[in-house]
Amino acid sequence: MDRNKTYPWYFASGALVLFFILCFIPSVIGIFYSFTDWNSFTDKVNFIGLDNFKEIFVKDKTYLTFIGNTVYFTIFTTAIKTILGLVFALLFTRGIKLANFHRMVIFSPQVLSYLIVGLVFKGILHPTTGFLNIFFNNVGLGFLAHDWLGNIHYAFNSVMFVDSWKGVGYGMVIFIAGIQGISESYYEAADMDGASFMQKTFKITLPLLMPTLIMTTVLNVTYGLRVFDIIYVLTNGGPGYATDVMNTAVFKEFSRGNYAVGTALSTLLAVFTMAISYFILKGLNKKEEY
Amino acid sequence: MKTKKILMRVFQNAIAWIVSLIVLIPLVVIFISSFKTAAESYTLNLELPKKLILENYSVVIEKGKLLGSFINSFIYASTSTLLIVFLATMAAFVLARNKSKMNRFIYYFLVLGIAMPVNYISLMKVMQFTHLINTRIGIVLIYAAFALPISIFIAYGFIDTIPRELDEAAIIDGCTPESLYFKVIFPLLKPIIATLFVLNFMSTWNDFTMSIYFLNESSKWPMTLAVYNFFGQFSTQWNLVCADIVLTCIPVLIVFILGQKYIVTGMTSGSVKE
Repeated sequence: MDRNKTYPWYFASGALVLFFILCFIPSVIGIFYSFTDWNSFTDKVNFIGLDNFKEIFVKDKTYLTFIGNTVYFTIFTTAIKTILGLVFALLFTRGIKLANFHRMVIFSPQVLSYLIVGLVFKGILHPTTGFLNIFFNNVGLGFLAHDWLGNIHYAFNSVMFVDSWKGVGYGMVIFIAGIQGISESYYEAADMDGASFMQKTFKITLPLLMPTLIMTTVLNVTYGLRVFDIIYVLTNGGPGYATDVMNTAVFKEFSRGNYAVGTALSTLLAVFTMAISYFILKGLNKKEEY
Repeated sequence: MKTKKILMRVFQNAIAWIVSLIVLIPLVVIFISSFKTAAESYTLNLELPKKLILENYSVVIEKGKLLGSFINSFIYASTSTLLIVFLATMAAFVLARNKSKMNRFIYYFLVLGIAMPVNYISLMKVMQFTHLINTRIGIVLIYAAFALPISIFIAYGFIDTIPRELDEAAIIDGCTPESLYFKVIFPLLKPIIATLFVLNFMSTWNDFTMSIYFLNESSKWPMTLAVYNFFGQFSTQWNLVCADIVLTCIPVLIVFILGQKYIVTGMTSGSVKE
């Protein structure tokens, strides 16, 4: 059987062409445009070398804030989603009444749009008319009521909370599937040796869950680095620049017509994301060999 | 020992209820408020409405121009999903079956796209150049293109599990590559097609980033962007905003409930070893 004849190349051509034109080409010309002064005011595009990157890293300190915020957001939301997802998965796999109900409820925000979740929490977290502050006032915890999205000290944490509220069920469901895939015989053997719940968790469940853990970490990290929707809806980067991240900055440059600076930021983000995913996945392969 | 076990069970169940309530309460507040009067919904709380105001929904459909945006969302989600199902499974089929050096390279090239962030601004340049900007076809192609890497990844893993002997038998029986794919392989892909369908339909329905970049006529807006715009105009009338939110969620919730088991298959493929 001639493989090239049975599996003709043109079956893949549709996908390849579409991906090449709309995903690959923009990334490549994006690198080129990062070194120009491309903007919406003139048709002329001039090569200006590293000026955009100088602007981002040296001249204008606000860009460094956006990069810092992006990294901070990524680390914290990934940690919260992974740790809580894992804890919930461990707690809710065995011995829970209505386990399917709880799992479905905790997973459900995952299927809603970020825009919808953002609007819901704009209502819930409103300083005077929102559910949360009214609840605190009614139960005598009025001192806990804050302007969650408008106060510079709380805005970023509120945004990260909402994002984790939506995302934690995803990790939980994947971890539950992973735990259920572990053979019961390991636990039976451990029980015979008198192992405790903690010992079983750390010596059996977690090591065997490692590939799943690393994969979800990659997904959460790549999501965190390119976050846009939830921040755009909740705070649009405010108050001030308190919650601005790279992709909200890209949108602002786009709206102002500063295309070149926007593409430079996007290019930086792409390089950064690819590098990090590469190192995490490389770590995964090493672990598997051992 | 026994009391310890019972205490553990009580603790587990208590935590499960607390977490479920933290997730449910915001959604219930929104749902209840969608049936209230403007005055009742001024503050968002868990009190039940005194009288069910169903007119909120008809007002929103009319003022929020929801019918048009519903049709747009439906077109974008269904056509891009259809495109993905065919393009991704066909590509995955030949790439998984004929693992030549070239095909391996193509596979990794495509799958690399999973981690790659979109460069929106230079994508706009490409869209202008191809005259796809601000068109319905353009937005459908964008959704299809960006969903390809993960879809091919999912389909590739599944096709690897279909025995190759089937292909050989079909070829000996005189199948062309096309009839092999459409008559033999495609029917076997049903579970994975359901997964691709559910995941892509939901993610396209929920997206609004692509539309704020690439659609500037409100007549072409999807439901998400229409809701956002409606919120901008009526942000003090939470009863209407809540009704709008509920209406936007209904289609994805239906797809979610019907396709639950396929979602988990899709999410765990690749990350969980069977």
